[in-house]
Amino acid sequence: MALFEFELPPAPTTNVKPTFSEADLVRRSASNVPPPAKKLTEVAKLIDVSKCIGCKACEVACLEWNDLHHEVGINRGVYDNPPDLDPNIFTVMRYTEWVNPETNNLEWLIRKDGCMHCENPGCLKACPAPGAIVQYSNGIVDFDHEKCIGCGYCVRGCPFNIPRISVNAEKPKAYKCTLCSDRVAVGQGPACAKACPTHAIVFGTKDEMKQHAAERIKDLKSRGYANAGLYDPPGVDGTHVMYVLHHADKPEIYANLPKDPKISTVVEIWKGLFKYAGFIAVGGLVAVSFLHQVIAGANRVSRTDEENAKRLAESEKQ
Amino acid sequence: MTTTTPYDVQPGDKVHRGDPVTVDRHTPFVRINHWTAVITMLLLWLSGFALFHPSLYFFSDLFGGGENTRAIHPWLGVVLFVAFYGLFFRFWRACLFAGGDGGWLTGLPQVMAGGEEEKLPEIGRFNPGQKMFFWAMAIMLIIMLVSGLAMWDEYFFSYTTIEQKRILVLAHSVVAILVVCGVIVHVSMVIWERGTLQAMTRGYVTGGWAWKHHRKWLRELVTGHRVGA
Repeated sequence: MALFEFELPPAPTTNVKPTFSEADLVRRSASNVPPPAKKLTEVAKLIDVSKCIGCKACEVACLEWNDLHHEVGINRGVYDNPPDLDPNIFTVMRYTEWVNPETNNLEWLIRKDGCMHCENPGCLKACPAPGAIVQYSNGIVDFDHEKCIGCGYCVRGCPFNIPRISVNAEKPKAYKCTLCSDRVAVGQGPACAKACPTHAIVFGTKDEMKQHAAERIKDLKSRGYANAGLYDPPGVDGTHVMYVLHHADKPEIYANLPKDPKISTVVEIWKGLFKYAGFIAVGGLVAVSFLHQVIAGANRVSRTDEENAKRLAESEKQ
Repeated sequence: MTTTTPYDVQPGDKVHRGDPVTVDRHTPFVRINHWTAVITMLLLWLSGFALFHPSLYFFSDLFGGGENTRAIHPWLGVVLFVAFYGLFFRFWRACLFAGGDGGWLTGLPQVMAGGEEEKLPEIGRFNPGQKMFFWAMAIMLIIMLVSGLAMWDEYFFSYTTIEQKRILVLAHSVVAILVVCGVIVHVSMVIWERGTLQAMTRGYVTGGWAWKHHRKWLRELVTGHRVGA
């Protein structure tokens, strides 16, 4: 038996229909789209945290494929570098040194952070610019920078704190991982998955990825990780970037991966109920004011009022 | 001495005897200040409504597209805030609530329905409705400014957490609607009370208008000292 053994994941893009277009949109920010005639096979990226060695090849591949140029940072004495996502960094490795209270072992948890491509995307819900955020029927959530106005509402809508606004750019825009929609459209997998040397990142149909995850979880459980599991949070109707976690019962230990992410109630009210309430309040008040003018008639100053004023003014003449 | 000082007569207020009597109500400075606020407010509505609901997004074309709308809106907000507080520091004393305000408000519905205004207590330079609008605007514009700064990512992104930003963006839209509602009532009352608009356009009203709507103010102007409580 080899020292290091793992089952290769399925070929990256089987059953993923190459090329998708406007006709495949299921959601479009601040607008309605007709339901697509044919639904594409749902795709997903699976990140197996237990296999990640923190080499950052995915970060590099992402920068290269997306032609991102980030200024050289500084060494802050920790592995997290760059320290956070920004308009030129679509994915970062987040490193956590965690002492497992059950075994007293130090576990080095490394999570590749980036857009989760939610089935119910909060960014898209919050976006006020028609068409700036789109969701394809294969699950990819993408930003259209031609239409983005850089308002930052997506930042408020996202339950994972992912989008970043290039506030210092001449034209500020929102940026995040595209799931390499341009690569997927021609039958390729995302650049990060391609670059990953341990196959910790794999890409395929969502069903295939779930099956592969199930195998991985079985393996992890057999090796003592009783709580190993798949992170595909139902609060956002599942995601198209999923994690295999060795401690799926406490996702928050992986650099604050939310346990039950969902679109904030505040955002739901702001983008839902309140839009109607606002229209009703303003429309209703205009109608009431108009009716008042019509029914009560104008409030006019009479000739008597003028005479009274004159008398008052004259009375103090001396 | 203080008892004889008219309590809410503004610098520039003056009665001109004649037929009809005219009363100077708003100085050119106040009028410029006010109309600056009006124009800014209108532009804020257009740019704000564009981002409030997709069906109104076309308003962004007036500003040269969504990006420009997003960029210009906060600056307009700052102008409005400054303009309003220009009026605020001029009028806040005259907008303090006074005796008779309660009775005036109680009797208001009847007058609104077309009843006789004679039955209301005599009122000073501003009626309680105007005072309420004034103080509501003063408070709401502070909320608009604070919540607006929390949305101005270009300069203030790092000052609030995402959760705070969510609450503040909701507050910004809720209070914006309340401001719009307040202004609708303000404008509606100006239209309803004939002879009011000219106070802000030409700067003066007729004596009859002052007699009918702000009699205490007219008495103070004529006599030069405080009238009543």
